[in-house]
Amino acid sequence: MRSASLRSIYPGPGGFDPQLLKREFPIFANNPDLVFLDSAASAQKPRSVIDGTADYYRTDYANVHRGVYRLSARSTELYEEAREKVRRFLNAADRREIVFVRNTTEAINLVAQSWGPAFLHEGDEVLISELEHHSNIVPWQLLRDRIGIRLVVAPIDATGGLDLAAFETLLSPRTKLVAVTHIANATGAVVPVERIVTLAHRHRAKVLLDGSQAAPRLPVDVQALGCDFYAFTGHKVYGPTGIGVLYGRLDALAAMPPYQGGGEMILHVSFEKTEYQEPPHRFEAGTPDIAGAIGLGIALDFIEELGRENILEHEEALTGYGVDRLSRIPGLHLLGAGQRRLGILSFDFDGVHPHDVSQVLDQHDVAVRAGHHCAQPLMERLGLSGTTRASLGVYNDESDIERLADALQAAREMFSR
Amino acid sequence: MMDLRELYQDIILDHGRHPRNFRAIENPTHFAQGHNPLCGDRVTVYLTLDGDRIADVSFKGRGCAISTAAASLMTEVLKGKTIAEARALFAQFRARVTGGEAAPELPEPLDEEMDRLEPLTGVRAYPARVKCATLSWHALEAALKGAGTTVKTE
Repeated sequence: MRSASLRSIYPGPGGFDPQLLKREFPIFANNPDLVFLDSAASAQKPRSVIDGTADYYRTDYANVHRGVYRLSARSTELYEEAREKVRRFLNAADRREIVFVRNTTEAINLVAQSWGPAFLHEGDEVLISELEHHSNIVPWQLLRDRIGIRLVVAPIDATGGLDLAAFETLLSPRTKLVAVTHIANATGAVVPVERIVTLAHRHRAKVLLDGSQAAPRLPVDVQALGCDFYAFTGHKVYGPTGIGVLYGRLDALAAMPPYQGGGEMILHVSFEKTEYQEPPHRFEAGTPDIAGAIGLGIALDFIEELGRENILEHEEALTGYGVDRLSRIPGLHLLGAGQRRLGILSFDFDGVHPHDVSQVLDQHDVAVRAGHHCAQPLMERLGLSGTTRASLGVYNDESDIERLADALQAAREMFSR
Repeated sequence: MMDLRELYQDIILDHGRHPRNFRAIENPTHFAQGHNPLCGDRVTVYLTLDGDRIADVSFKGRGCAISTAAASLMTEVLKGKTIAEARALFAQFRARVTGGEAAPELPEPLDEEMDRLEPLTGVRAYPARVKCATLSWHALEAALKGAGTTVKTE
């Protein structure tokens, strides 16, 4: 039903109209002057996700994988259907490769705590990059402190992109896992992950990609990428909070011990011994976020409806417009993002503290993120305590960038006298 | 919505841009670092106590206009005060910027100092910014309790 109305809004490539699309997001009807430029933190929700989740509770709700009764069977069917939608979204080979978790953070922690101790030994190396979010740093530090692995950090180059040459020299037979972001949340730098997977696999290292910022913006094909793990979160792909995804190659997941124990993840339990489920259910202990998974499935339908290539085209065009517009503001210094930037514009403004900048922007109904963006090591590396970050979603257009630029002018007037 | 100029009054913008007593004291009798994990801001407060009187007070660090101005104004009003007076001012100041707890009575002679801090009470309308105004005061409190510690606002 929603599909039909969306099709009429989007006749096809080139028919992408964020102004019409805004009507699909009730937040904008309730906050008519809102310029929302913080989708990298969390995206707004389309009507179909909000209503679809509520409808599920109203009409089909029961626990999954338990009841014999029809409602539970229906609920299970919808939950597993959502898993199939995620499989298609990532082009995974098998539905069993899709594990539902809470968010990207939990997905990475799952790999660190399950795969880590099972396959890594003291002295083995996990290679990350300077572009990482805390969620792809701290889980590895916890593992390091627990089993004595080494955490190696690949640097960025002068342009703000990952230094591929340096990255390559850091790969060695000791490297057992490469864990890097697909798009850096603090700068919008698109990391050449295809190349990274090739290089890492040449050294027989597994690869985990943090897709938090890429999943909403780029078509992702895990088979083409060849990565071993891919993590993303629901709330950044226009879905609900509390639901995320870990993709893992089936052979990798099948060899991993459980992450948490409880119901759902077992075949048989006695006090002496427990047999575990096969993936993915082995990693989904307890009643899962059923409505969240179903809401995520609806959000992925929404994205497919818009078209992944259309979204990419839109984000690229608007990113280019934003770079161009912001670059013309005196005193504004855009953080470098290497060869390719997508969806995120992070900047220092005349040395004015980001919290002061965003306070003035808020006064003009422009919502942005200010601070270290959970990437303190990167900020330190760049010699900044933080930045102001504007990030894009499907509902943004040039007028939002113009409103941002106008509000920045007001900030300058306040702080530069 | 409140006029943003209630938050960013001229005196705050001035102290934010040109903070007073913005220096380290060479051999402080007390010092402590304040850290706001929310924004990453850090401020170090230095004290030279002469008996129970604050002979000198200064600060260093990087922060927003509010936290810089708050630290600057704090150092201005505290010079020459006793520890008890400094604590009474903090209690009163904290009560006014949070707007929650009832403000304790101030001894008469401190009214003038409190008036100087009044421009900072605009943060009341912006809950996310209250900690910016109190960060340096928390560091002061930590410095008085024991030297060389880091105190967090979270």
